[in-house]
Amino acid sequence: MRIGRRVFDLWTLVGLGILAIYVAFLAFPLFTIFKEAVAGPDGTFSLAYFQRFFGERYYFNTILNSLKLSLATMAWALVIGVPLAYFYNFFEIRGRSVVQVLIILSSMSAPFVGAYAWILLLGRSGLMTRFVRDTFGWEMPTIYGFNGVVLVLTLQLYPLVFLYVSGALRNVDNSLLEASQGLGSRGLGRFVRVILPLCATSILASALLVFMRAMADFGTPLVIGEGFRTFPVEIYKQYVGETSQNYGFAASISVVAVALTAIVFLLQKLVALRFSFKMNALNRIQRRRAKPLAAVLMHAFTYLVVGVSMLPQAYLVYSSFRKTNVFGNFVRGYSLDSYREAWRHVRRALPTTLTIGGLSIAIVVLMSILIAYMVVRRRGVINNTIDTMSMLPFIIPGSVVGIALALSFSSGPLVLTGTMVIMVIAMCIRRSPYTIRSSVAILQQIPVSTEEAAISLGASKLKTFFRITTPMMANGIISGAILSWVTILTELSASIMLYSAKTQTLTLTIYVLVSRGTDGPASAVAAILMLVTALSLTLFMLLSRDRDLAI
Amino acid sequence: MSVSITIHHAVKRFGNTVVIPDLSLHIHKGEFFTLLGPSGCGKTTLLRMIAGFNTIEGGDFYFDETRVNDLDPAKRNIGMVFQNYAIFPHMTVRGNIAFGLRNRKLPADQIAARTEEFLELARIKEFADRLPEKLSGGQQQRVALARALAIHPNVLLMDEPLSNLDAKLRVEMRDAIRDIQRSVGITTVYVTHDQEEAMAVSDRIAVMDKGVIRQVGTPRELYHRPADLFVATFVGRTNVLGGVLRTDGSGRTVDVGGARIPLDTVSGSAADGPVQLSIRPEGFVFTEPGAGQLQGVVERSLFLGEKTHYQVRLRSQETVEVVQDSQLVEDTPDGSEVTLAVKGHMVNVFDATGTASLMASGG
Repeated sequence: MRIGRRVFDLWTLVGLGILAIYVAFLAFPLFTIFKEAVAGPDGTFSLAYFQRFFGERYYFNTILNSLKLSLATMAWALVIGVPLAYFYNFFEIRGRSVVQVLIILSSMSAPFVGAYAWILLLGRSGLMTRFVRDTFGWEMPTIYGFNGVVLVLTLQLYPLVFLYVSGALRNVDNSLLEASQGLGSRGLGRFVRVILPLCATSILASALLVFMRAMADFGTPLVIGEGFRTFPVEIYKQYVGETSQNYGFAASISVVAVALTAIVFLLQKLVALRFSFKMNALNRIQRRRAKPLAAVLMHAFTYLVVGVSMLPQAYLVYSSFRKTNVFGNFVRGYSLDSYREAWRHVRRALPTTLTIGGLSIAIVVLMSILIAYMVVRRRGVINNTIDTMSMLPFIIPGSVVGIALALSFSSGPLVLTGTMVIMVIAMCIRRSPYTIRSSVAILQQIPVSTEEAAISLGASKLKTFFRITTPMMANGIISGAILSWVTILTELSASIMLYSAKTQTLTLTIYVLVSRGTDGPASAVAAILMLVTALSLTLFMLLSRDRDLAI
Repeated sequence: MSVSITIHHAVKRFGNTVVIPDLSLHIHKGEFFTLLGPSGCGKTTLLRMIAGFNTIEGGDFYFDETRVNDLDPAKRNIGMVFQNYAIFPHMTVRGNIAFGLRNRKLPADQIAARTEEFLELARIKEFADRLPEKLSGGQQQRVALARALAIHPNVLLMDEPLSNLDAKLRVEMRDAIRDIQRSVGITTVYVTHDQEEAMAVSDRIAVMDKGVIRQVGTPRELYHRPADLFVATFVGRTNVLGGVLRTDGSGRTVDVGGARIPLDTVSGSAADGPVQLSIRPEGFVFTEPGAGQLQGVVERSLFLGEKTHYQVRLRSQETVEVVQDSQLVEDTPDGSEVTLAVKGHMVNVFDATGTASLMASGG
């Protein structure tokens, strides 16, 4: 709305306020990292850290490993996710809704928890390893290292591809398929020549998301990677100092990592430009029955993927009910001991998680609504800057956010280390892009005339914003908030550098228990976290359905 | 409660682009006034300036004696109906209509009573407690109209309200809009690019092109005595022919299409010389050969039921469109030679550039 000549009003103040927040908690920490990275031991300018990083094979390999790992994960996630979306949206699959729920659920746990479950199953003394060894006398291929990390991350991340591509397929008009069939293209040829290009934008977007998540993941390589070292792990090790603490070196690795993700991001943008067009289906695709053999193969593929990706969570729940010895390791029989032990941790970690998570999601939602409004309705220098800055966390790995905040607020005017505030800040910065993007997307679809109608009916601008704009955005906000909330619950890579005894969340508790090797309680806390996630998801769903019925 | 609207020398710029260079207009109290013009002519821009949603770069806008240039749109007491209806999707029909009344902090019983009144007026009472997404386009537009009128606005502003409806509904809704406006008696400014729609609803119409008002008048004036060639071609269908204006013993004549026809409606001050003529398709009549008549050959005909359209090539090689009442048996098949008489009052003469009418005023 362009109203009057008052360039300076309440929204200008809001814009400046949000800009100040981004400068203080994103730009300044990133600057601190950069400063640390180019400072020598005596405080003068020096590129010594970078020389060391690029000079020593060991360190340089961490970046190469991360790159290799991300590309492999991305490829596998596409290979699984794209056909799955195609089968799911084009053909009748038995148990559709259950399949979809399970696919979403399998993406909602912390990746390292999945890694841990795979170790329990296929690790050196894992259940299946021992079973196969005892029964057949065979040795299973090792789950540790590169292959294990890729397996865990693929199973964790293919649902993103599935969801994005399904969304695109829902916008493909049935007539396009009929037209291509009329022109003699069908089956696999049609899939490759027509359907894939139509979904190219979504495929690229999901590929980027998978790449970034795999690149930034910290817990999985730490738990299951063993000798396979990636840069988030290296940053953490340099920061906490296995041998000696080296903030400057950790900072310089961070700078290299951010540069790399930024390049990948820009490359993707460039490629995506070639495929950008708008689609809107008048007639959605009609799902049909596949021929018997194809149907069997499709069902086998779908059930296998869903089954395997649910396996770790199912197994964790199972093991949480197993009996353990005093060290927390499993022995024969079943008991609730693990839960009794877990409760001692959960009693404190659950309220902490809900407080940090609740505060963070409230701030994220509020900021997203305000930012979406400013970016969509009031373009200008300040708001364009906010738009760009709000996207930045998308390409900044969590470990980098963690170390940047830790270095920036451990001394100086604002000391926040160890407080709940710094945890909330980290969560907000890391997880707000999901909600901001979905809020922006939905507001772009709401015609400005609806707001003008409210104003012409005598509503103030403030009232219009809260009574008209915000409720109309509700569904977009909620769908983004769900993603933000779940990733806040499972956040590890930044919070591991920022937490203290007072701010230990459920996910951090699982991590601590896993690293102590107390398998029973770790499984039990993981099961409880799953329950909390599932419950909060149900709550969100109810909330969004209520919206449709409201007033 | 209705007001008149006066606009003095309005200017609108977007950046360096001048959309409206200098526009003045007076809209009477209680009048149904339409801004008509092709897309991009500035009609919606002008409407949004009246509403207060666009900034005003120059000039003065008055509601009666009150200057409204700097008045917030929320305080102008306007009712606005948008092209896409702009119904609040999260409120029921009743909630939509009550929204403006609640903003005015009326007592609850008054809000309820007035909401009820306008639900009935717009004939949407049966949908009162439904969400708008369940309604058809026509029903949504009724909600938008009732919502705009319920606040008893000083002015009703409508921006292409019928353009998203199908043809049949459009006719039905424009009658409904006209009836409701009459019964409420409110000053209405209506924007459309559809000249037939404009003629059907308006008391007066302003024809706009490139930010300039070409003519203001009643539908009848615009159709029969257009001020320039743009208005003549934009309002209704017409044939534009070159001609030469002459004066001889018996009075004024014009050479057109290879014939000389008498013309007594031309202004006395119009100089002899080349001119442009606009003759409506129904201004021609098939007749027997004689003096002062045009000869031609039927190239093509189109039977449309009530009327038949003919494309006729004149001796001057110009083609004209002719509309006649349909006959039971077609007696002028393609290729037949025809003679056309011209109904003098259906002819408009403009200067050679087409920018000024040469017709006698009141003629």
